[in-house]
Amino acid sequence: MTVESTAARSKPRRSSGKRTTTSGTRKRSQAAARPELVQLLTPEGERVEHPDYSVDLTPDELRGLYRDMVLTRRFDAEATALQRQGELGLWASLLGQEAAQIGSGRALRDDDYVFPTYREHGVAWCRGVDPTNLLGMFRGVNNGGWDPYSNNFHLYTIVIGSQALHATGYAMGVAKDGADSAVVAYFGDGASSQGDVAEAFTFSAVYNAPVVFFCQNNQWAISEPTERQSRVPIYQRAAGFGFPGVRVDGNDVLAVLAVTRAALEHARSGQGPMLVEAFTYRMGAHTTSDDPTRYRKDAEREAWEAKDPILRMRTYLEKEGLIDADWLSGLDEESDALAQRVREAIRTMPDPDTMAIFENVYADGHALVDEERARFAEYLASFADEEGR
Amino acid sequence: MAATTTAKTLPMAKALNESLRKALETDPKVLIMGEDVGKLGGVFRITDGLQKDFGEGRVIDTPLAESGIIGTAIGLALRGYRPVAEIQFDGFVFPAYDQIVTQLAKMHARALGKVKLPVVIRIPYGGGIGAVEHHSESPEALFAHVAGLKCVSPSNPSDAYWMLQQAIASDDPVIFFEPKRRYWDKGEVDTEAIPGPLHKAAVVREGTDLTLVAYGPMVKTCLEAAAAAEEEGKSLEVVDLRSISPLDFDTVQTSVEKTGRLVVVHEAPVFFGSGAELAARVTERCFYHLEAPVLRVGGFHAPYPPARLEEEYLPNLDRVLEAVDRALAY
Repeated sequence: MTVESTAARSKPRRSSGKRTTTSGTRKRSQAAARPELVQLLTPEGERVEHPDYSVDLTPDELRGLYRDMVLTRRFDAEATALQRQGELGLWASLLGQEAAQIGSGRALRDDDYVFPTYREHGVAWCRGVDPTNLLGMFRGVNNGGWDPYSNNFHLYTIVIGSQALHATGYAMGVAKDGADSAVVAYFGDGASSQGDVAEAFTFSAVYNAPVVFFCQNNQWAISEPTERQSRVPIYQRAAGFGFPGVRVDGNDVLAVLAVTRAALEHARSGQGPMLVEAFTYRMGAHTTSDDPTRYRKDAEREAWEAKDPILRMRTYLEKEGLIDADWLSGLDEESDALAQRVREAIRTMPDPDTMAIFENVYADGHALVDEERARFAEYLASFADEEGR
Repeated sequence: MAATTTAKTLPMAKALNESLRKALETDPKVLIMGEDVGKLGGVFRITDGLQKDFGEGRVIDTPLAESGIIGTAIGLALRGYRPVAEIQFDGFVFPAYDQIVTQLAKMHARALGKVKLPVVIRIPYGGGIGAVEHHSESPEALFAHVAGLKCVSPSNPSDAYWMLQQAIASDDPVIFFEPKRRYWDKGEVDTEAIPGPLHKAAVVREGTDLTLVAYGPMVKTCLEAAAAAEEEGKSLEVVDLRSISPLDFDTVQTSVEKTGRLVVVHEAPVFFGSGAELAARVTERCFYHLEAPVLRVGGFHAPYPPARLEEEYLPNLDRVLEAVDRALAY
């Protein structure tokens, strides 16, 4: 394996790369305040062009992206409601981040592999993971209830940023195998402060690993704004590691799709890692346990509501005459059906058997686990005897 | 072990090197990764010559970042590889402790058994080589405490060779503690032998008056203590645990039921150490056989001292025999 990064030599495909290196006359604070943002669909639903990134989608594909976002939001709202009703212990809502997740998720090929955080419900949807499977860990019946290999979608990782290294290692393996798959590591603005993310940048760069770092900068790491994580726009960090970074309007599903496709192609074609910063907003709380009124103002949220990812896509589709009332009411029905299916699934989701505590602790077994399992079974059985009396 | 035509005398370091070579030859999915493991052959030369013969793609010099080494090893394992990661010294494992504890140890369970993590982490550990700070520690209890990990430590070249083979073949993460002060001790290694189970303890010297339990670097010390005690008419049995997690309590129990006395010896601090676990288990299992309380000989509740003090700090023959005398006085 070569340790020389081809990414370091290749020209970034974005014009902003040039700007960041030639902005000597501009004040840094200005550069930070007005970073270049790749956008193909304005908040008003106007289709615009970008010199470096473009998409050419069929009406079905455009409608599909909208449908994905609507269904994901509905699923998410249902899960939040189920938490309020006591069916889930916790829920981490993706409200507001639908475009970032659907745009990137739909850029993937089946053979690509995804390492999510615990909020990638939209990406999971794109990968074909049954949404009801995502609920197990939030209900407390498991710690991740799906087979990562069946959809090439890894388990949710709760420790912030750890998965960036797993993605990098997996991508190193992809390169060793001579495959042209790509790997995506999802993480957030808070995670960008973690050492593991920095180490993932280093490893992926020196091994030229085919990994895309997809950072959803949703502006808040629980109560801390991005300014508490970074003095420069997050995408600019890539330059220091020797690979390109780009900031995309994370509420613009078309731009996210275009940029992610380009980043995946960059990885596939042997050019190594790339960092995508999807500039978005966490419309809801960090999780259902959080209270954002303690640290952020309503006005900020309202400003972002005007940039809503679903609304702008709907405006665009309507303006183009690609959807009509019939189609929308069909989607409403589909939405309702999904919500109902989720609701039923959660209410009938069985608690695991007590002895599941001892399952899968080791692949090859462990004498102590066997001993404790036997003793605990005996203990439990002693109550059964009493009840039987 | 009787000499056979396939047996050779090797220092432990060379036995480990040959074991890694064998693993690389046998399974194309085996990878070696770590700091300076390539051209240099590792600071202890355990990977000497392997990159030259197997290439940079299989014997991988990594950036100087332990969490990165283990985190990427996890990713490689998820992709079907069997990484053998080297942590350069015991005291440097802690940047990787998060990846080991929160990810490596738990991912198999988190995935309900759908993924396997056949990752071996080799850690040269323990003192006795006159090193600077962070190069002489014995952190095994910090790993044995974590479900999902297995922890082993060979005491001699033959075990070093075979236990490493078995650790690499294991589908579970194994922390492989190498007693660095014993790297240069020679012993017979039969590379054609049929090894016993990885997690079984061995009675390395039989005796009747008291059981000494040790692993890794302290086995040799205990054998020396037993030889010295014999001259005083005391018969000590020595058990080499070999595996710390799982721990072969059955072999210890059998021995203690015979001798009635147990002294556990390790370099690690005794407070919450593996000796504490052994004392508790033996008390449960052998209460009516015990003639004396279980005693421990090990490190103090203090940072590992500067090298000029380590001779006093480390358990040695006299400290072991002093504990033996105390146990026999009951």
